[in-house]
Amino acid sequence: MAGPEIQIPDVSWRDNWREFPWWLVAILGFLVVMAILVFTNENIREAFLFIIPGIRLTLYITLAGFALALVLGLLAGLGRISSNALVRNIAITYVEFIRGVPTLVLILTLAFVLVPAISNGMGIDNRNVSIELRAILSLAIIYGAFLAEIFRAGIESISKGQMEAARSLGMNYRQSMQFIILPQAIRNISPALGNDFIAMLKDSSLASVLAVRELTQRARLYAGSTFRFPESYLVLTFCYLTMTIALSLLLRWYEQRLGKDSR
Amino acid sequence: MSDEIIVVEQLHKYFGSVQAVKGVDFRVKRGEVVLIVGPSGSGKSTVLRCINHLEVPTSGAVYIDGVHLEDKKTNINEVRAEVGMVFQQFNLFPHLTVLQNVSIAQEKVRKRSKDEAEEIAMEQLQRVGIPEKAGAYPRQLSGGQQQRVAIARSLAMQPKIMLFDEPTSALDPEMIKEVLDVMLDLAKAGMTMVVVTHEMGFARAAADRVVFMDDGQIIEVGPPEQIFGKPQHERTQLFLSKILAH
Ligand SMILES: Nc1ncnc2c1ncn2[C@@H]1O[C@H](COP(=O)(O)OP(=O)(O)OP(=O)(O)O)[C@@H](O)[C@H]1O
Ligand SMILES: [Mg+2]
Repeated sequence: MAGPEIQIPDVSWRDNWREFPWWLVAILGFLVVMAILVFTNENIREAFLFIIPGIRLTLYITLAGFALALVLGLLAGLGRISSNALVRNIAITYVEFIRGVPTLVLILTLAFVLVPAISNGMGIDNRNVSIELRAILSLAIIYGAFLAEIFRAGIESISKGQMEAARSLGMNYRQSMQFIILPQAIRNISPALGNDFIAMLKDSSLASVLAVRELTQRARLYAGSTFRFPESYLVLTFCYLTMTIALSLLLRWYEQRLGKDSR
Repeated sequence: MSDEIIVVEQLHKYFGSVQAVKGVDFRVKRGEVVLIVGPSGSGKSTVLRCINHLEVPTSGAVYIDGVHLEDKKTNINEVRAEVGMVFQQFNLFPHLTVLQNVSIAQEKVRKRSKDEAEEIAMEQLQRVGIPEKAGAYPRQLSGGQQQRVAIARSLAMQPKIMLFDEPTSALDPEMIKEVLDVMLDLAKAGMTMVVVTHEMGFARAAADRVVFMDDGQIIEVGPPEQIFGKPQHERTQLFLSKILAH
């Protein structure tokens, strides 16, 4: 950290003590206690075994939704900086509309209003569009708007000289974006994309309002039928926290490597 | 085919309410080396950037080898492939190796195969004297080396014209010569060049004509001996006395 303090070369145990990631110890402590309880406590194990199969759908919805969101986000991000006023306004409308409505409300609206409208428009029977697919499309549309802003900022962070150099060599706009600007922009925004992936993993729990049987829905079903609320929701918390902590540690490691590489 | 490869007619350029260029007429013959000098903000870069359409003139016309750039039907990318540009800040692509920097536009624009593009890239790196850096990334090179790679990158497109916008201004003094030497070789080889620079040595050795600009206008044009030796206009004299004082 840059600061006015004078750096003392030999770090005393006091400084080490302050720098130590106690927060991580606390969180890992919680996870370890929960893991032990899963093995030792009958009720918790039962809850765990009921809920955990939902992880397949949670991961499936998150991965598929995020992949689609990346495509939408890139398109909307490019639209956002387009010199064509119509394209730009369509992109801004999309982004601002999504950002102005709570995620839960959006999921309900997208899954029960927009997706049926589109499928009807394409002549597909509504009932053939599974709730899983609706969840994926809803999350993709929501996160596409968030990612659009990240892509836009990433592209704008690349100096104007890069585009000028590419264009002056005769590359067209699309080639310059594809081969010169985007590779650099995506590298810069990869930590932010990673953060949004973690956020989306958490928000996939909202798919439970569509009755998709992912982790959260299974926990609700289990709690509802057994009335073991603490067990159900502690196990559910344990499942999400394990995944998000693992991912964010991975992301920190990747960011550090990225920082070293560019030096 | 006309002898005049660059024709700029009555060029005007506004940035909002700022008028950067005020009616510039400017012609360059095939094989000519023309220098543009003038104080900061006099519109040198703007004129240069209009020549490859990086800036769009507010009014006036630019013709490259007879092709009218402001014509809607003109494919500007085809023209730009024939007009190399070297920037003050090099603008190498940091995510690509030196070899990739010099070959990417050949592949995407000239549609050359990877092998052919890399072969031509190596020839050009040889020409600017750093073939051994082909596998390095731009950040691993000195400023002078980076600028030579940037020149090689443009030359690999086999352009008819090369534009230079203060190619040595961002360099440490000890690296200026290696870049100027490459430019001198290029001038001797008969390349048509338009160069914005205040390097007097280069001007004397290579320039056919020097254009002095001030306040968005061309004040005086002539051979280097005349412009630097016995300038006719007061503004040219004033400008020269300032840069010679350095
Ligand atoms: N993109 C831009 N937006 C607004 N004003 C600009 C822009 N580019 C140039 N100008 C203005 O136009 C005028 C001419 O600028 P230009 O860069 O052509 O001058 P120059 O002779 O190249 O100067 P220098 O020696 O400092 O590079 C200046 O007043 C400058 O501030
Ligand atoms: Mg300039």
